[in-house]
Amino acid sequence: MMEPESAAAATAGAGALKHVEERDHVVIRFAGDSGDGMQLAGMHFTNETALAGNDLSTLPDFPAEIRAPAGTLAGVSGFQLHFSSRDVFTPGDAPDVLVAMNPAALKVNIDDLQSNGILIVDKEQFNEQNLKKAEFASNPLTDGSLDRFQLFPVDITKLTINALNDMGLPTRTMMRSRNFLALGLTSWLFQRPIEPTIRWIEQRFKKTPAVGEANIRVLKAGWNFGETTEMFRTTYRVRPATIAPGRYRNITGNTATALGFVAAARRAGRPLFLGSYPITPASDILHELSTVKNFDVYTFQAEDEIAGIGAALGAAFGGAIALTSTSGPGVCLKSESINLAISVELPLIIADIQRGGPSTGLPTKTEQADLLLAMFGRNSDSPIPILAPATPADCFIMAFEAVRIAVTYMTPVFFLSDGYLANGAEPWLIPSASALPEIPLAFRTDPKGYFPYLRDPTTLARPWAIPGTPGLEHRIGGLEKEYLTGNVSYAPANHEQMVRVRARKIAGIVREIPPLDVHGPPEGELLVVGWGSTYGSLESATRILREQGHEVSHVHLRHLNPLPGDLGDVLSRFRRVLVPELNMGQLVRLLRAEYLVDAVGLNKIQGQPFKVGEVVAKATRMLEESR
Amino acid sequence: MTTPAPAVSRKDFVTDQDVRWCPGCGDYSILAQVQKLMPELGIPREQIVFISGIGCSSRFPYYMNTYGFHSIHGRAPAIASGLKATRPELSVWVVTGDGDGLSIGGNHLLHVLRRNVDVNILLFNNRIYGLTKGQYSPTSEIGKVTKSTPLGSIDYPLNPISVALGAEATFVARTVDVEAKHLQEVVRRASQHRGASFVEILQNCNIFNDGAWSPLTEKDTKAENALFLEQGKPLIFGKNRDQGIRMNGHQLEVVRLGDGVDERELLVHDERDDTLAFLLSTMQPPKFPTPVGIFRAVERTTYDVAINEQLAQVKQRQGDGDLDELFARGDTWNVP
Repeated sequence: MMEPESAAAATAGAGALKHVEERDHVVIRFAGDSGDGMQLAGMHFTNETALAGNDLSTLPDFPAEIRAPAGTLAGVSGFQLHFSSRDVFTPGDAPDVLVAMNPAALKVNIDDLQSNGILIVDKEQFNEQNLKKAEFASNPLTDGSLDRFQLFPVDITKLTINALNDMGLPTRTMMRSRNFLALGLTSWLFQRPIEPTIRWIEQRFKKTPAVGEANIRVLKAGWNFGETTEMFRTTYRVRPATIAPGRYRNITGNTATALGFVAAARRAGRPLFLGSYPITPASDILHELSTVKNFDVYTFQAEDEIAGIGAALGAAFGGAIALTSTSGPGVCLKSESINLAISVELPLIIADIQRGGPSTGLPTKTEQADLLLAMFGRNSDSPIPILAPATPADCFIMAFEAVRIAVTYMTPVFFLSDGYLANGAEPWLIPSASALPEIPLAFRTDPKGYFPYLRDPTTLARPWAIPGTPGLEHRIGGLEKEYLTGNVSYAPANHEQMVRVRARKIAGIVREIPPLDVHGPPEGELLVVGWGSTYGSLESATRILREQGHEVSHVHLRHLNPLPGDLGDVLSRFRRVLVPELNMGQLVRLLRAEYLVDAVGLNKIQGQPFKVGEVVAKATRMLEESR
Repeated sequence: MTTPAPAVSRKDFVTDQDVRWCPGCGDYSILAQVQKLMPELGIPREQIVFISGIGCSSRFPYYMNTYGFHSIHGRAPAIASGLKATRPELSVWVVTGDGDGLSIGGNHLLHVLRRNVDVNILLFNNRIYGLTKGQYSPTSEIGKVTKSTPLGSIDYPLNPISVALGAEATFVARTVDVEAKHLQEVVRRASQHRGASFVEILQNCNIFNDGAWSPLTEKDTKAENALFLEQGKPLIFGKNRDQGIRMNGHQLEVVRLGDGVDERELLVHDERDDTLAFLLSTMQPPKFPTPVGIFRAVERTTYDVAINEQLAQVKQRQGDGDLDELFARGDTWNVP
């Protein structure tokens, strides 16, 4: 990490030494037009921050339109990063720093900025035309409406062009480097090392070195502007966090998911087959897996969602670790095939990266409203295990676990991630491959005593007998099976037996689920129960409440079906139960039905994660009510 | 279960399940011919997989003592694609019907053909929905009166051969359920073809659409209504083999031999001629006889070969994947 003192010393004489202020955490948001490269700037600020040793969490927020009309409110794209010298669980409720590249970005984001927060804007972009597009009646930079913030109107556009004007580049190309000016300036402001970004630019623009050089020049110009200008008198230092020792990288949920599946297939000693149709926000799993074919990874971009899962099921029949990745609308199309997998009892993972709905809904915004779809969204009684990762890095662990359960129990498994986990990033303690558990997997080869639906006495799984095995030729299908032989059977009692044994097989997975990890006292006033991507907000909120002296605990479910065996007991040890969810109340419905507990929901359906404050406020009201 | 032994006769491919098609159904004949053919192909039974969708035809796998998968409506080509991609050494067959393959599963059929996945597709075309008891199908003719079209169908039918050729299938053929030898020969060629083979089998549903193909199957009318395609042979048909097909500008026409028309003027069948294949596929009664046989047979890289080659090439270039290297890609840092 570059020490602020030495950076300042290096240019001593160019200006007065800057004041260095200690902060234990900072939330910064980059916002601009969707063509302004804000995601890229945010990503690299994140990388620099990770290398500086802080704990962090990120939240990208971009519009569904690839290129909404430039300068409009619909086209604003944002990237938020929370970094700290302590543990970080969320991307932060309200930014301390906002970088707004145009008036639209200011308008969309300004209400979130903390009072006295740092506001950096590209001054030249606040022209009449852009102000009109952003529906400003007067220029906010001059009308006093931003007085409660530390406003820094920087000539981002002019500085960019000045840095490049001897290169003979078209204006359009020069303008594309503006994000690196903002990145350079903020990197200086928070003393982030820019070397990793320079290395990345050199790599990325190997084939177009002029563009690469332009970006590097602008990045440095941003840094140097901060250092030399009188405008900024303070830089900020956020000391490295105390983090478990080891080697780290930043990882998004989708990348962690892809790696988890690759690792699981490797540990099972089988090829991985992904059948998928492009859909936001799941496509990155398809992209990631397409780059690792030397791990025996087959990727099949199918003609539609149904063919994606169909091909995966065919690969499962042949003995591959089979996966289909999608989002809610795709799950709807796959329902019939999921039920076929349940009927033929073949292992298959359905990775649903949830987004706002119904229908096309909010493709780029997060929601966790497919729980009941996964649980019940098929004809008839069709039980299926459901797993949900809690954080981006947890996607790796749960993807691995999904494969293990699928092949152990010969069942399709739902892996429920969401847009927030998919695109959010956090530092990941890189595991050692050899430390990962092996996934035991044995195909049936012995014809003696073989029946297609002969069940393992413990797991109730049927044998996996793959084509190519002599003597085990058999037929499977979606018609009801005879209990042992698997032959077609319409016998009434057999059907009931089969429905019950399928249910019992899935319910029996509970034996594999470890006891719940209750954060906070084991009993008390209030238990906050969550699942999926709300982990960070709920963990932060419950810590705050405990610091305030309340007996509040947090339990986060990663197994949604079956539910952990000790959940009923844990629930019973608290006077009140709060279930915050980014839906209209799905888990709370299951808990109330399953445990007859008077659990209360906190529901947010805005395509955005919970703010810590929202959860604290609701919990506080409940605590007051019960006094 | 039987102990493994090399399959040598038709009986080895017969399962212990009662065949449940209606008595007199054309499917019996198809099943018998396929079971007879199997031992001749020299493929071990355990290497053969029959995959079907939903419909009368899709019961087929239950009666074949091979690996089998009776899946869901229309999706067999997708399932077969995933299996064949990961297990290219298997002999994979898809059994489908006019409803399963051309209506609910039409999209998958197009894509398995254009990808040229090395599977053999047998589409039983009886121009009716049989399992749901008699609604019109995507190959039913205009005006067809069925339970769901009491006033006659107004849907223009699909031509399965043209559809397959439109998807640039590399093997496209038509045969008839009761033409035992022809059916065996066409299916044999299909199985030997490397790539997606599409075989339309004209099949009689004696309950809901009896006689749909009778002009082609009745002794006294067959010769006048069916044109049997033979590689390298002129297109001749008729009881007295006195009629032929000739080009007239961009159109085909039926001509009577003699009367100053010489056999040398007739079109000669060539399975590698794309234009001819498509023209032939458009021939239908009453203007033309119905062509039966192999319309097209050409070679193109198969999907299953290509996907496995790509994997092998990446491995050769980058080495077998190393998880530790994969996990640590990109910028990493150490926390002491």
